[in-house]
Amino acid sequence: MDLPYKIFPLGDAAACIDLGNRIDAGLNRKVIAMNNWLRRNPFEGLKDTVIAYSSLSIYYDPINLRNKNKSVSTAFEFVRQNLETAYQESVAIEENNNDIIRIPVCYSNDFGIDMEFLVKEKNISREEIIHLHTSKIYRVYMIGFLPGFSYLGQIDEKLMMPRKLKPVPVAAGNVGIAGSQTGIYPLDTPGGWQIIGRTPLKLFEANAACPVVLGIGNQVQFYEISKEEFEKINLT
Amino acid sequence: MSLSIIKPGLLDTLQDHGRYDYSHWGINPGGAMDAYAAQVANRLVGNNDNESVIEIHFPAPQILFNQNALIAITGADFSPLLNEQALSLWQPNVVRKNTVLQFPKLKYGAMCYLAVHGGFCIDKWLNSYSTNLKASAGGFFGRQLKKGDELFFKENSIYFAGLLKDEDTLESLPWRADVRKVYEHPHEISIIKGNEWERLTGKSQYDFIENNFIVHPSSDRMGYQLRGIPLKCDNNSDMVSSGVNFGTIQLLPDGQLIVLMADHQTTGGYPRIGHVISAHLPKFAQLRPSDSVHFKLTDLALAEALLISQQNDLHILERACHDHLNVIVC
Repeated sequence: MDLPYKIFPLGDAAACIDLGNRIDAGLNRKVIAMNNWLRRNPFEGLKDTVIAYSSLSIYYDPINLRNKNKSVSTAFEFVRQNLETAYQESVAIEENNNDIIRIPVCYSNDFGIDMEFLVKEKNISREEIIHLHTSKIYRVYMIGFLPGFSYLGQIDEKLMMPRKLKPVPVAAGNVGIAGSQTGIYPLDTPGGWQIIGRTPLKLFEANAACPVVLGIGNQVQFYEISKEEFEKINLT
Repeated sequence: MSLSIIKPGLLDTLQDHGRYDYSHWGINPGGAMDAYAAQVANRLVGNNDNESVIEIHFPAPQILFNQNALIAITGADFSPLLNEQALSLWQPNVVRKNTVLQFPKLKYGAMCYLAVHGGFCIDKWLNSYSTNLKASAGGFFGRQLKKGDELFFKENSIYFAGLLKDEDTLESLPWRADVRKVYEHPHEISIIKGNEWERLTGKSQYDFIENNFIVHPSSDRMGYQLRGIPLKCDNNSDMVSSGVNFGTIQLLPDGQLIVLMADHQTTGGYPRIGHVISAHLPKFAQLRPSDSVHFKLTDLALAEALLISQQNDLHILERACHDHLNVIVC
């Protein structure tokens, strides 16, 4: 029988359950549900979990785990069974979509350094690009790559672009697209996404009680602001 | 009760065993690259293994001790000198106030660790002392150490200072950690297969096991880039981003490999063809650019057994250090 998931080791101190290697809100909700189940039913040695599009990774201390569970053949075997239980017991729930986080973006060429390239490559106007980017409500599927970097999906097919071959310096707040995803760089960093604008909001603040603005499962929509409005928000 | 950085090194940061349980914010664990050496350093000076230590890369810093201190240096051998006197690795040493520690010559390895008795007086960020350079948080103001930085100790080493004889600058305590088992055969690294191992062509699976790979100079705390025979996949279908780990071996689009290290991202989208076993991460971390590495397949049960035996040795060391130091204090 084909199982709807695959569980495999990520080395000798982590394991991953993969539900299908694709970007799908239903799978992502199930990943979140499994994560919540594990948080409510933690095993000895559980250190961290990583939620991704369609997979959940579990990081554990094999020594603590085996000290508590002497009879297991390997720590991985114990974690594998645990993940199977998490799959069976957890129930995916649809998020409450009433709360949409609205993010202001200035799409000026000063910030959207790849806008001209996109206009040419896609043969659509910048107004259309802005319209397509701002009209959809996106889901935060996962946070990774950098502290507070959220992967939002999915963008209109007309906007899909591969990432750059080589990363270039990117400023904090820059909004980019890559494949069917869009995202905001929370920090200055090298990055490979096509940059179409910048938000004046700070998406990561290390010393805040909650350092990130966006959480996994949140709904996000962008809206356009002028350069003057950008500067105004930036000052406050 | 402090030390000062007289001259900074290439990359000196405070580290502990890492920052866990914040991956949902995209915050990676970080922590010491050679966690074994960091733990031994703490144990030798009587600390808990969660105290912070200074991770030192080469070229290394010059450090002034503003107070007598019990210290230990472990990991790479950068020929540590206290004033003019050689200082032994993997051994506790009492150093006198106003002496200068420097590391003139690289002999072996990529990073060493300096622990002081009691640990350093710094704040935790999200439950860990480790420096997260990307987030500019944790460790010493979220950054690498600079000239003039003064790091205070949590405890003084007054009991141990009495061991310094007359005008001596240095007193080595007569015991040391035997870590030969952990670092023997430094170029032989055991791995277990990754989920995307099967994507490799048969020839590439063979090439991966049969050939040596060379550590590239662009390697850093995020990842060790390897150069060698290019590897190919049968199946090049796209992967959506998924979890990765310290030690994960990813195949890049150009056929070359990168091994993710302590400052790796939490997720990645390249095929995970293998994972360095935890017990071999310390010796792998100590490889330097142009060093060669040869990967050997092993299985999970063996990998876990090796890790457990390493940890048992650390427990024995911990008890022995505790007993030895107690004799001095009492």
